[in-house]
Order: sequence, then C-alpha cells, then structure tokens
Amino acid sequence: MRHILSILLENEAGALSRVVGLFSARGYNIDSLTVSTTEDPTLSRMTIVTHGSEDVIEQITKQLNKLIEVVKVIDLNESEHIEREMMLTKVRATGKDREEMKRMADIFRGRIIDVTEKTYTIELTGTSDKLNAFIEAIDRTVILETVRTGASGIGRGERVLKI
Amino acid sequence: MQISGAEIVVRCLQEEGVEFVFGYPGGAVLEIYDAIFRQDAFKHVLVRHEQAAVHAADAYSRSSDKVGVALVTSGPGATNAVTGIATAYMDSIPMVVLSGQVSTPAIGLDAFQEVDMVGITRPCVKHNFLVKDVAELADTIKKAFYIAKTGRPGPVVVDIPKDVTQALAEFRYPESVHIRSYVPVTRGHPGQIKKAVNLLLEAKRPYVYIGGGAVQGNASAEVTEFVRMLGVPCTNTLMGLGAYPGTDRQFLGMLGMHGTYEANMAMQYCDVLVAVGARFDDRVVSVPEHFLSQPKKIIHIDVDPSSIAKRVKVDVPIVGDVKHVLREMIDLLRHQGTAPNPQHLSDWWETIESWRKHDCLLYTPSDALIKPQYVVQKLYEITGGNAIVTSDVGQHQMWAAQYYRYNRPKQWLNSGGLGTMGFGLPAAIGAQLANPDAQVACITGEGSIQMNIQELSTAKQYHTPVKVVALNNLYLGMVRQWQEFFYGTRYSESYMDSLPDFVKIAEAYGHVGFKIEKPSDVEPVLREAFSPALKERLVFMDFRTDQSENVFPMVQNGKGLDQMDLPPHMHKVQGVPFENNRDYGNMC
Ligand SMILES: Cc1cc2nc3c(=O)[nH]c(=O)nc-3n(C[C@H](O)[C@H](O)[C@H](O)COP(=O)(O)OP(=O)(O)OC[C@H]3O[C@@H](n4cnc5c(N)ncnc54)[C@H](O)[C@@H]3O)c2cc1C
Ligand SMILES: Cc1ncc(C[n+]2csc(CCOP(=O)(O)OP(=O)(O)O)c2C)c(N)n1
Ligand SMILES: [Mg+2]
Repeated sequence: MRHILSILLENEAGALSRVVGLFSARGYNIDSLTVSTTEDPTLSRMTIVTHGSEDVIEQITKQLNKLIEVVKVIDLNESEHIEREMMLTKVRATGKDREEMKRMADIFRGRIIDVTEKTYTIELTGTSDKLNAFIEAIDRTVILETVRTGASGIGRGERVLKI
Repeated sequence: MQISGAEIVVRCLQEEGVEFVFGYPGGAVLEIYDAIFRQDAFKHVLVRHEQAAVHAADAYSRSSDKVGVALVTSGPGATNAVTGIATAYMDSIPMVVLSGQVSTPAIGLDAFQEVDMVGITRPCVKHNFLVKDVAELADTIKKAFYIAKTGRPGPVVVDIPKDVTQALAEFRYPESVHIRSYVPVTRGHPGQIKKAVNLLLEAKRPYVYIGGGAVQGNASAEVTEFVRMLGVPCTNTLMGLGAYPGTDRQFLGMLGMHGTYEANMAMQYCDVLVAVGARFDDRVVSVPEHFLSQPKKIIHIDVDPSSIAKRVKVDVPIVGDVKHVLREMIDLLRHQGTAPNPQHLSDWWETIESWRKHDCLLYTPSDALIKPQYVVQKLYEITGGNAIVTSDVGQHQMWAAQYYRYNRPKQWLNSGGLGTMGFGLPAAIGAQLANPDAQVACITGEGSIQMNIQELSTAKQYHTPVKVVALNNLYLGMVRQWQEFFYGTRYSESYMDSLPDFVKIAEAYGHVGFKIEKPSDVEPVLREAFSPALKERLVFMDFRTDQSENVFPMVQNGKGLDQMDLPPHMHKVQGVPFENNRDYGNMC
C-alpha cells in the first residue's frame, strides 16, 4: 500500500544521503522524495512516498528512526492528512488545442504561468492522484515535458510534527 | 592556549581513558602520529595491515567494557579498514575508527589517496562524521564514543582531513553529550513487562533464547538469575555463548544451523519463547513460516526496535536494555511469588532429556586421525575452560562453539554476522592486550589464518603470547562440506595446495611452532603450549586433522529447526522427534 512518511531531520550535510542510502541498501521503494529546510534552519523536513506491505512500512519507519540524524518520523497515513504536489507541464498549444488546453487547466484549477505562440506552461497543485488524472485527461501527444515536485504532506488539525 | 587538531585528537583519547590505539601511519595522519609520539598516556599498537587494526580494536571492545580505537590513514588505509568495520557493525560492537582524509580544499578533486570514507562506510557504521572544522573536533570525538557505546552499540568512523589536524584551536572536552535526535531507550514498557511475565507463568513449554545483546549489555548475571529462578531451559546463539554458563544443566547448547538437537527441537516446540538480545538471524531461524507453524507466543527484548518483528512476528515486544528489563521481570516474578506450573515444566524437561540423551555432539574417536572436535575438547580441559577463545570462520569455528564450553560472557570472540575469515589472530592480539593475564587461544583453519598471518609480527612486537590452535584439514572445510552435501562432491577450489610449513613460519616470526599429526600427541603438545615454560611465548600449533570431518547437526538452508541433518549415530532418530509420543501439535 502507498504510504506518506514525514521525516524531521537535522539539516546537516550527509543526512539526506543516509536516508536515500537506507532505502537502496534495504531494497525499499521510493516513489517520491522531497526535502527542504523548515522555519527552524537547523531542521529539514522530508516527505517520502513509498509503498510496501505493512511489515515493510514498519521496518522502514524503524530503520529511519535509527538514523542518528533523524529526529522524528510519522506515517501520515495513520491519521487524517493533507497531501500536495506541484506539477509544471509544458504543452503544445496551437490551433484548436489552445482553447482546449486553457479549458482543461481551468477544470483542474491549474494556472497558465508561461505563454508562447506555440506553448503553454501549466502549474497544477493537488494530490498526486489529481496530477495523474490531469495527465490522463489531456492528449498525451501535446505534452512537451512535465516536472513534478513529489508529494509533501502534513497532518490535519492539531497533529504536528515538531521537536 | 591553542593546540593543533592532532593534539586535540590525542587529548580526546586521553580523556576517554583509551589504553591502546591500533593503527598504521600514512600521509594524512602524520600530524596525529607526531602528536602520539609526544605523549605517553596511551600506547599505539602498530599492526601489519589496517584490517587487523580494526579487528584488534573490535576484540579489545568485545573482551572488555571499553571501546576499542583504530587509527588509519586516508585512501588505502581507510579502505583496508572497511572489512573490519563491517565485521564490528554486523555484531553490534562498539568501536571508534579514526581515519585520515586529504585536506579539505583537496576533497573532491581526486586528490592523492582520497576516498570518500564517509560514503564508503555509511552502510556499515552506526554513524560517521567528517570533521571540517577544528573547532568541532573534540565535540565530534566525544559524540563518536557516546554513540558507539550507547543503545545498540556499533562502530563509529571519524574522518579527519589533514588540514584539520594542523589547524589550531582551544581544547575543551565536553563533559556530556546531548544529541536531540538520538535518545536510546533503556527501560522497557512496564505494561509489556507485566504481560510478558504473565505469559511466562502460564507457559507449558517455556524457553529462553539468549543472544549477543546479553553479552554486549553486560546482562549475564540477570540472564542467569532469570533462567534459574524460573527453572526453564535456555539456549544461546553463536554470539550469546557465555552469557549463560555453558556447563549448566538448564543450558541446552547453541541453537541454529549448527546448534544441538535439543536446543533446536526446544526452539521449534516451545510454547512461550523469550528472546533476549537475539535477532532471529537466518542462521537461527531459516524459515520463519516453518518456525511459526508450531504455535507459540514470543516475547522479544531488544534495545533496537528494528530488530523486533524484522523476520519473525512477535507477541510481546519490549524495547529496552536487557539488563534493565530482566531486572524488572525478576523483581516482578519475585513479587508475584509464582513460577510456571511445576507439572508442565517437569513434562517439558522430560521431553528435553529424551532429546538430550542422544548426545548429538558425539563423534567417532580415532587412533589414526586427529578429530578436530577432540582438539577443542582437550583445549577446553587443559585451559580449565578459562581461556578467552577467538576464532576464524569455517568448520573450526563451529567446533570451537560446540565443544568449548563458555561459562563467562566475553570469553568467546568470533565474527558471526559477517563471518570474516582473518578475524581470529588480530582479535586474539586485541583480547590479550585487554586481558594481559588471561590465556588467549585462537582456534583457526589453515585457510583463515592465512588471511591475516602477517599479524604474527605484531604479536611478536607487543609480546602477546597467544596460542594459535590451527585445525588444519587442508581444505576450506566449510566450503568443502557444502560441496559434499549440495554439489555432488565437486570440490571446486576448496582444496588448499602448496600450504606453507606453519612451524617454520611461526619460527621465522620469532615464535614457537609445533606440527601435530597423531591423536596421541594432541594432549601433550597442548599441555606444553600452555605450560609455564611457554607462558610468555606465542605458540602456533598446526594440528593435521581428519579432512573428511563434517559439522553436525546441520539445519540446511530452507529447512525447519526440527529437520536437522544429524550425525551418523543419530540416523535412526531422524523424523522421530518425540520418543514419548506426546502430540505437541495440538497442545497450544
Ligand atoms: C559459518 C557460520 C555459521 C553460523 N552458524 C550459526 C548457528 O548455528 N547458530 C547461531 O546462533 N548463529 C550462527 N552464526 C552466526 C549468525 O550469522 C549470527 O551472527 C548470529 O546468529 C546472531 O546472533 P544474535 O541473534 O545473538 O544477534 P547479535 O548479532 O549478537 O545481535 C544482538 C542483538 O541484541 C540487541 N542488543 C544489543 N545490545 C543490547 C542491549 N544492551 N539490550 C538489549 N538488546 C541489545 C541488538 O539490537 C541485536 O538485535 C553462524 C555464523 C557463521 C559465520
Ligand atoms: C573473507 C572471507 N572469504 C570467504 C569466506 C567464505 N568461507 C566461509 S568458511 C570458508 C572456509 C574456511 O576455511 P578454513 O579457514 O580452513 O576453515 P575450515 O572450514 O577448514 O575449518 C570460506 C572460504 C569467508 N567467510 N570470509
Ligand atoms: Mg581448513
């Protein structure tokens, strides 16, 4: 099953490679990984989307916690959470496609952030599923390139991941 | 006053009470070696290969309560150390390895003798550091020692660029360490402990499975008290040997691939199992499904949550230090004033005795050929069971585990997790330095000893009178055994041609050598080697043993613990686990 792990770790050189190294050394899957510093510059916050059986996810969580630089790990799936990913898609937008692309971007609440005579670049934010749906919905042949940030996640309501 | 980074390293080691540093010099650590030259708080032991420095430091830790330290130069010195580091990592041994690194401005430029030590060792250390600023050096070394010895112990590497050893800083050694992201658990959850105790008291066929965590956690006294007060049978893993006295009646021997019949049968057919600092390794439980097909409740005590439910699902996980957790369990048992039902227990013991009476470690003695098991038994007798025994990897290692009976923890030192040939001799040197008054024997094979035989030179220099017991079967015996069993006796590259004359080698290094070819000479030579006349000497004994001997019992990969290959005298027992015909299948 797909799980979103949220990790608070020391903002130190090498910490990221320890996490990534752990996944490859133990044969765990990484579907996506995002990381950046937090409001506290000594800490980074990472979101890893992974999949595996419950046993595997349990091991991943335990192994992550074992890394000296990891402060806390939570599995967002354990309770209500919000997930967001951002995607930039450059599409060919000529002729009748131009109207169609604009319409699709609107339907998905995307924004066209760059326009040329032949292209649109659409910024879209949402769950990874929604971004997938967008790609499914438009004509594949018009896609010139896509860049996705990978999912970030946060717990709903009072649930916070903090020291 | 400001001092150099190199001097800071030396001062830190002094502050940590380090007695010995095992190492080998080179360009990147010359500054540190110069600082070592100018101090006398600790002694430096110059090995002949960096791998040996790390094994010696590791065994120094294994055989004492201190943390071994190794020092190597950058590049090849660092890569040579990697096998030693991985060996310690797999067995959870605390150790600090200091490696030299090229100067910070040169890092990343493929500089002379540059390797990414932090990158190379990342998967086989508990943690590692690259020190880029001399101001952080002392703090980092303090953290390294703290991380190495707390929680689940393990090796820590501190990589120190040459310019950092030359830069100046004020020296201040921190008194304590606080790492917000690293807080090892010691006390177990009281609710879980209570649950565990209740489960044990209701057990019909309880069993205690004791691992290396009990040795590392200095919990031998608690383990022994716990097992004795309950009156239950117990077993040790290869890494746990000595944590519970090997000669005690409640001890069923080692379990696992080459465990005893009774220890393995009890593991399969117990109904409540307490795992104490043991990690259900695949050499113990090859097939978790088969193991669990016989219903049982499992209580698992381990400091490392990731050891719990990794291969085998358990019912009562207890995360904590074995010493603390067992102490609380003992107190609770005292308080409750109850023990498992005596009738159930005596039935269980009756079954166990019916297994034990087969004497699965019996072997056919010979007047013509030296049986390797016989050599180990004689070594046990002649050393009064008191020697510290190190071993290499192979058949001899298993015989050393089966036929020497270890009554103390930290008496048996071997590479279990990584299975590193070449561990034995440098380990014996490290153990001898940590225990100058102990008798130290290294049980090895003619294959393994040659992986670090150059350390005979180190042993000479530092007067470590280790007794090398080489069980020389002319074969990479463990490999030959597998080829005999699983590859139609095609002995591909497992025969060692052109072996050297080990007696001459020993003599060339300034030691005493004996070649023993007759069973009747085994005892007299061992007596001589351990006699006062040779007390101060390293003695190399080259025992020419029966080449065809195999290690039994054996649980083949993929088989259950009750599906052992048994020695010839037990062939009639195979497949008839229960002589008294109790139907254990339906009792749980
Ligand atoms: C040729 C060969 C054959 C082998 N055959 C066998 C065999 O027949 N039987 C066998 O048993 N092994 C055998 N081994 C060894 C095997 O590979 C493993 O190394 C061994 O079984 C692991 O032992 P352990 O479970 O005690 O764990 P260890 O590796 O000793 O791990 C210790 C565990 O205790 C925990 N721990 C550490 N400190 C504490 C503490 N203070 N409190 C609580 N928990 C703590 C750790 O987290 C870890 O989970 C063989 C090895 C070789 C090379
Ligand atoms: C460094 C290393 N290389 C290879 C092996 C694989 N291996 C395991 S046991 C063994 C044979 C050991 O031979 P020897 O030391 O003579 O011991 P014996 O089994 O004959 O007692 C080998 C090659 C290993 N464990 N370690
Ligand atoms: Mg051999």
